[in-house]
Amino acid sequence: MNLKPETFQRIDEVITHYPVKRSATLPLLHLIQEDAGYISDEAIAWIAQKLELQLINVLEVVTFYPMFRRHPIGRRHVKVCRTLSCALKGGYKTCETFTSEFNTHLGTNHVSPDGEVTVEFVECLASCGTAPVVMIDEVLHENVDAAKAKQLSDQIKAEAKARK
Amino acid sequence: MPAPAQHRIIFKHIDEPGYTNDIDCYLRNGGYEVLKKAVARPPAELIDEVKKSGLRGRGGAGFPCGVKWGLVDRKSGKPIYLIVNADESEPGTFKDRYIMHQDPHQLIEGTIISCFANNVKQAYIYIRGEMPEGARILERAIAEARAKNFVGPNILGTGYSCEIYVHRGAGAYICGEETGLIESLEGKRANPRIKPPYFPAVLGLYQCPTIVNNVETLCHVRYIVEHGGEAYGKIGTPGNTGTRIFCVSGHVQRPGYYEFPAGTITMGQLLNDVCGGPLPGRTFKAVIPGGSSAKVLRFGERYKGKRKVGPDMVDYDWGVEDVPMDFDSLAMIGSMGGSGGVIVMDDTVNMVEALANINAFYSHESCGQCTPCREGSLWMKKISSRMVHGDARPQDGALLKSVADQIPGRTICAFGEACSWPTQSFIIKFKDEFDAYSEVKKTLPAERTVLV
Repeated sequence: MNLKPETFQRIDEVITHYPVKRSATLPLLHLIQEDAGYISDEAIAWIAQKLELQLINVLEVVTFYPMFRRHPIGRRHVKVCRTLSCALKGGYKTCETFTSEFNTHLGTNHVSPDGEVTVEFVECLASCGTAPVVMIDEVLHENVDAAKAKQLSDQIKAEAKARK
Repeated sequence: MPAPAQHRIIFKHIDEPGYTNDIDCYLRNGGYEVLKKAVARPPAELIDEVKKSGLRGRGGAGFPCGVKWGLVDRKSGKPIYLIVNADESEPGTFKDRYIMHQDPHQLIEGTIISCFANNVKQAYIYIRGEMPEGARILERAIAEARAKNFVGPNILGTGYSCEIYVHRGAGAYICGEETGLIESLEGKRANPRIKPPYFPAVLGLYQCPTIVNNVETLCHVRYIVEHGGEAYGKIGTPGNTGTRIFCVSGHVQRPGYYEFPAGTITMGQLLNDVCGGPLPGRTFKAVIPGGSSAKVLRFGERYKGKRKVGPDMVDYDWGVEDVPMDFDSLAMIGSMGGSGGVIVMDDTVNMVEALANINAFYSHESCGQCTPCREGSLWMKKISSRMVHGDARPQDGALLKSVADQIPGRTICAFGEACSWPTQSFIIKFKDEFDAYSEVKKTLPAERTVLV
């Protein structure tokens, strides 16, 4: 496995948190996905070996939990909340603004043509009082109406430009 | 009658200017003083205080916390685990988020006190995957508390040791169900376990006795140990003691979180006085009082019956606005207080479309192990979204209800009930809208807010 040295360190540390190694399956998947961007076949085999499990024990976990993905996505991950409180405040419009701004389709199977952004509709993000809400990578944005979605999109574009 | 004043005991420091989530700020505000006193008392005495307080769990079911602790198998000789359920994911609920982000040490102090009371040596905080910042804040807070000897080996020189680790979920709602959570913490799919025999108090994490408590509940424990169970029991009303945090979202002027003594505020006071009423030019149509699985209430309907007030039975005749927001009153009128998530819908909302949104949620979140739930939630989603996006038929309401009626009572966990209650209640209470939807749909404004 090709991971950063600190990821290996954190993996070894987190395994000590549990009396049963198998419990470290989710933490290891998180750490590897944060480092590598997705969960490859190699990662599944590596975790299985590390935790003394069968491959299926890891694979069934990966396919059960929505946050784990089997392939790379865009550099930036935009998650728009779809559930009722956000929808009542215009969440669908917010989502549409992001997909049209980046000329992409919904879901982790799609990346914007510039390779920059993946837009996903997710279920309740537990911030219903400030609906609609959006998570961009690990940061929560509140009261994201269509205008604010446009503004956030522009910001993402500007940051992408600055990097190039 | 105007609404009573807020009484913030758990949200005391939330949004307070200058209050930060580090341990120095917490200590300046009297932090960990309760723990220092608690560890000098016999653990059984602390459990008694919680029993006396009448505290009911704040995760949704409202189960008495002291009773839960009393059920723990202490004779097996196995270690006892405590899990903090921080998998806040019932749509409409957003209280634990603020505790963890803004006042994490309150949770850690409550957790260690509860661990000490129950002779727990290892606790886990199971936080939902979508709160990466919350997880980092908690990890830092635990490290700070460990450095000051409030967590870890030989806490405050008492010889008592307890570790807390943060464990992140990965986007599955079912992990909020305690046995699903335990499976998830064991590194498996979060398929809930069947009860009996798998009561967490006896056969929980690693088949050991396990206590699973909600974030807010553990903060209440801290307050109870500080002030005594009796004093806590005087806040609120008998059977519904302490405060309740209401999370109001949807169509009100001031959505947000509000903490009141339990049972002292009515739905009308909460929505009109506290939250500023409906948006300009609109009227309230429906409200879901305790998270999206709670049965919907329709403005204009009346609830009649007899209820116990002190020693007497008295008649009640309530509209939605008159219902006291406590576990028992909401249960009496056929819904529930649940997690305190109040979702408000006004007259711009079409109820078929709102239900289609909720059904999409439950269909996505069914773990899939029980056929009635897996297939039922999927078909409820398919039918309701076909009504909105394809052809709607006058008999669809009855069809939806027939699917919903076949789920509850036939599943391993309460998700079966949770996914069928919205459909059942929407169709009973808004039958007119479901029957007429195929026609009404043609006349609905095209620019209306899309819900599904």
